[in-house]
Amino acid sequence: MDNQSPALQQLADQVIRANERKTALEIRGGGTKAFYGEAACGQMLDTRSLCGISSYEPTELVITARAGTPLAELEAALSERGQCLPFEPPRFAPGGTIGGMVAAGLAGPARASVGSVRDYVLGITMLNGRGEMLTFGGQVMKNVAGYDVSRLMAGSLGVLGVICEVSLKVLPVPPVSATLAFDLGEADALKMLNSLSANPLPLNASAWYQDRLYLRFKGARAAVRSACETLGGSQLDCDATAWWESVRDHHHPFFATKSANDAPAQCLWRVSVPDTAAPIALPGEQFIEWGGAVRWWRTNASASAVRQAAAQQGGHATLFRAADKSAGVFSPLPNPLMQIHRQLKQAFDPAGIFNPGRMYPGL
Amino acid sequence: MYAAASESIEIRKQQARRAEVVAALARVLPSNAILSRSEDTTPYECDGLSAYRQTPLVVVLPENETQVADILRICHRLKVPVVARGAGTGLSGGALPHALGVTLSLAKFNRIIRIDPRSRTAVVQCGVRNLAISDAAREFGLFYAPDPSSQIACTIGGNVAENAGGVHCLKYGLTLHNVLRIRGFTAEGDLVEFGSAGLDTPGLELMSVVVGSEGMLAVITEVTVRLLPVPKQACCIMASFGDIESAGNAVSSVIAAGLLPAGLELMDKPMTAAVEDFVHAGYDLEAAAILLCESDGTREEVEEEIARMIGVLKASGATRIEVSEDEAQRLKFWSGRKNAFPASGRISPDYMCMDSTIPRKRLAEMLLAIESMQEKYQLRCVNVFHAGDGNLHPLILFDANDPDQLHRCERFGAEILETSVRLGGTVTGEHGVGVEKLNSMCVQFSPAEREQMFAIKRAFDPEGLLNPGKVLPTLHRCAEYGKMHVHRGLLPFPELPRF
Repeated sequence: MDNQSPALQQLADQVIRANERKTALEIRGGGTKAFYGEAACGQMLDTRSLCGISSYEPTELVITARAGTPLAELEAALSERGQCLPFEPPRFAPGGTIGGMVAAGLAGPARASVGSVRDYVLGITMLNGRGEMLTFGGQVMKNVAGYDVSRLMAGSLGVLGVICEVSLKVLPVPPVSATLAFDLGEADALKMLNSLSANPLPLNASAWYQDRLYLRFKGARAAVRSACETLGGSQLDCDATAWWESVRDHHHPFFATKSANDAPAQCLWRVSVPDTAAPIALPGEQFIEWGGAVRWWRTNASASAVRQAAAQQGGHATLFRAADKSAGVFSPLPNPLMQIHRQLKQAFDPAGIFNPGRMYPGL
Repeated sequence: MYAAASESIEIRKQQARRAEVVAALARVLPSNAILSRSEDTTPYECDGLSAYRQTPLVVVLPENETQVADILRICHRLKVPVVARGAGTGLSGGALPHALGVTLSLAKFNRIIRIDPRSRTAVVQCGVRNLAISDAAREFGLFYAPDPSSQIACTIGGNVAENAGGVHCLKYGLTLHNVLRIRGFTAEGDLVEFGSAGLDTPGLELMSVVVGSEGMLAVITEVTVRLLPVPKQACCIMASFGDIESAGNAVSSVIAAGLLPAGLELMDKPMTAAVEDFVHAGYDLEAAAILLCESDGTREEVEEEIARMIGVLKASGATRIEVSEDEAQRLKFWSGRKNAFPASGRISPDYMCMDSTIPRKRLAEMLLAIESMQEKYQLRCVNVFHAGDGNLHPLILFDANDPDQLHRCERFGAEILETSVRLGGTVTGEHGVGVEKLNSMCVQFSPAEREQMFAIKRAFDPEGLLNPGKVLPTLHRCAEYGKMHVHRGLLPFPELPRF
C-alpha cells in the first residue's frame, strides 16, 4: 500500500494525535455492524476514505482491497470473474466495508464447510497505536515468516489497530448448488447433520428452524446430483438462493427484529458449541446453523443461564443483539488468556486509543 | 593465553549454572528424566538443519502436564531459556538448543487420547507423529489432511509450531486450518487453551499467532485436530513439459480454470533424474519439467475433474500425459516427489533447501532466475515445488567441506530469498524462520514491523524465555546484515553459526 496516499496520511495523523492525547477513537467503516460487540466510544475514525480494489488476480485466487472498499463492490468484482468469498460474510445492511468484515470476523451459512474469515485472510496493512504503517502476511497462500499478525486481526473488533488494506484468498464459485429440505425435529436433525459430515458429500451449508432441516450442496455437477439422489428430501418451495441470503444477512424472520411482538427483554444470543452437542433447552425460539455448531436463541433467559447452558456443552455464548448489554457481550476469558489479551493490547496500542471496551471492558 | 583463560571462566560459569538448574529440576522430575552429561545431551544438539549445532545446558523429558508446568515455573524463576522439541525434524533450526537453556523434549507425549468419529476430531498429545493420526483414524474412514514430507517422523506439536503444510494443502489448508484447539502452557507455567471444540472462541484470534510461532509464545502439550472423510477415490495426472516456462504457466492455467487440485507439484529435469534413479517410478527423463496434478473426491467428482485437468494441461503445451490407473500407480507417481530430499542427498554431499513462496504467475520467471544463478554461483540447483501454492523448494547442491562452496551456496540461497520477496512473495512458506532465515527477515520486514513482532513475543512471554533468539532478528543484526550486504555482498566468517 502506498504510504504516501493522502487518505492514509490523514488517518495516520488522526491516530498519532489521539495517541499523544490518549483519547479514544471509534474505528468505523459502513457502520453496519455497529450493533455488534460492546458499546463504542470516542472520536470517529472513518475508514471509508481508504477505498478501492488495489489488485485482483483471478489466476492467483487473491484480491487486495483497501479497508473502506464496500463489500458489495468487492463481491461484484469477484462475481464477474466467477469467484467469491466462500465464507459468505453477513451484510446485515447495505454499506458494509471489507475492513469491517475482517474486524468483525463473522461468517455466514457456509462457515462449517469452508472455513471462516480468518482462514481467507492472507495479508494485512494496518496502523498500530503509534500510527506506524505495518504490513504482515502477503498475497501468497503459504507464509510462515514471523507471527501471523494478519489473521490475528480477523475478529479483533478494531482493538489492536486500524486495518488499512487486506489481501484475501478467494475461490471459484462451485458449478452447481442444490438445496434439500427435511421435516425433522431438533434431535433428529442434529443426528442427521452429525452423520452427514462423516461422508465425503459436497455439503456446503445447513440450517434448522421450526422442525425443518435445510441442506445446501455445492460442487461438481455429478457430485451434487448424486448427493441429492441418495438423500431424497424435498425441494424448497421458495427461491433457495434468496432463502440462504436471508439467513446470511439476518433478514430471515427469525433474526429480523420483531419489535411489536417481542417481549422487550428478549435478546438474540449466539451459542457456539461443538457440532455434536446435545440439544440445548432454553425458553424461547431457536435457529441452528453450521451443522449444529451454532445455536441461535431468541430468549429472555438470564445471561448466566444462557452462558451456563453453553459452557455445559463445551461452548460459549455471545449476546448478539439486545437492548440491554449490561451482562457483557462476550463470554469472560480465563485469567491467563485475559492477561495475554491485555498485554497484546498494550503491545499494539499502548495508549489504549482503539475501540476501547468494544470487546471486553478495560481492553 | 587471555582468550583461553576467559574461555575456562565461561565453562566454569556454565557448569555452575548447570548444577543449579539440575538441582532445581530434580525436585520435580525423576532422575532419568533429566539429561545433563554431554554424551546424553549431544544427540539433541541440532534438528533437521544440521549445519547449526549447539549442546543444551540440560535436556528434560517430562511425561505429564504437571511436570511441564513445574519445569516452566522453575525455568521462569531461574530465568533459564526453554527450547521445546518434538521429533527434531524441522528444517530451519527452530529447535536448535540454547547454550544456557533447557531443551524440553516432548517425546513422551505420544498418546492419542481419543478419536471421535462422530465429531470427526482427534485429541492427541503433542508428541504424536503426524502419520500416526491418519493411521489411527483410518478405521473410521477419516484422515488428518496436512501431510508434510516428514510425516512419518514429525510430530503434531512441531507441525503446530511451524504451521506445517504438505502436498495437499492447496485444497485442504495448512495446519492452522485443520486444528481446532491447542492446549499448552505459558512461559510462567500457566495452563492455556487456544481455540475450542466448536468453530470459534470469544476474544482475539490467538490461535493464528500461536500456530506457526516456532515455540516462542507457549509450550504446546495437546492438540485437537479436525479429521476429514477419506476421499472415495484419488487419481493423479503426470504431465511432461518441453520447457520449464510452459510448465510454470500450466500451473496458473489450472487454477485460472477454476480447478482446485488436491495436489499440484512440479519437478524440474535434474530433480526428476535424481529421484528416478532413487525410486524408479517411470518418470519422463526427457521432460524439462514434470507436473503432478491430483484430484480426489467421489468417483463422479474425480472423473469430471480429471477430464477438465487433462484439457487444461494439453492446452498449456503438455508433451506427454499419463493418468494413474490404480492406487498403486498413483502412489508410484508420488513416490519420487515424496523422496525428493533423500534423493538429492544421494547426488550431492550436501544440499541447502530453500522454502520461499511467490505468486504463482511468477513461477516461470523465478525458475529462469534460478537458472542464471546457477551460472553465477557455479553450483547446481534442483527444483521441486508445491507449485499450486507457489511454494518453492530449490535444493542447492554443494560440499560443506569446501568453505568456498558453502559460501557461494549461502549467497545463492540469499539471492533466491531476496528475489522471492521482490516478486511479491515470502522467505518461508512452511519450513519456518528458525535460525536459518533470521537475516532474510530483515529483508522482508521493516524495523517497525519487526518491533511489533517482538512486542507480541513480550505479550506472551515478558521475560523472553521461550526459544529466544529464533524467528525475530534484532535491530542490530539487521543493521549488520544490511552493511555486509551492501558493501561486500558476503558474510564474513561463514564457518560461524550466525544467530
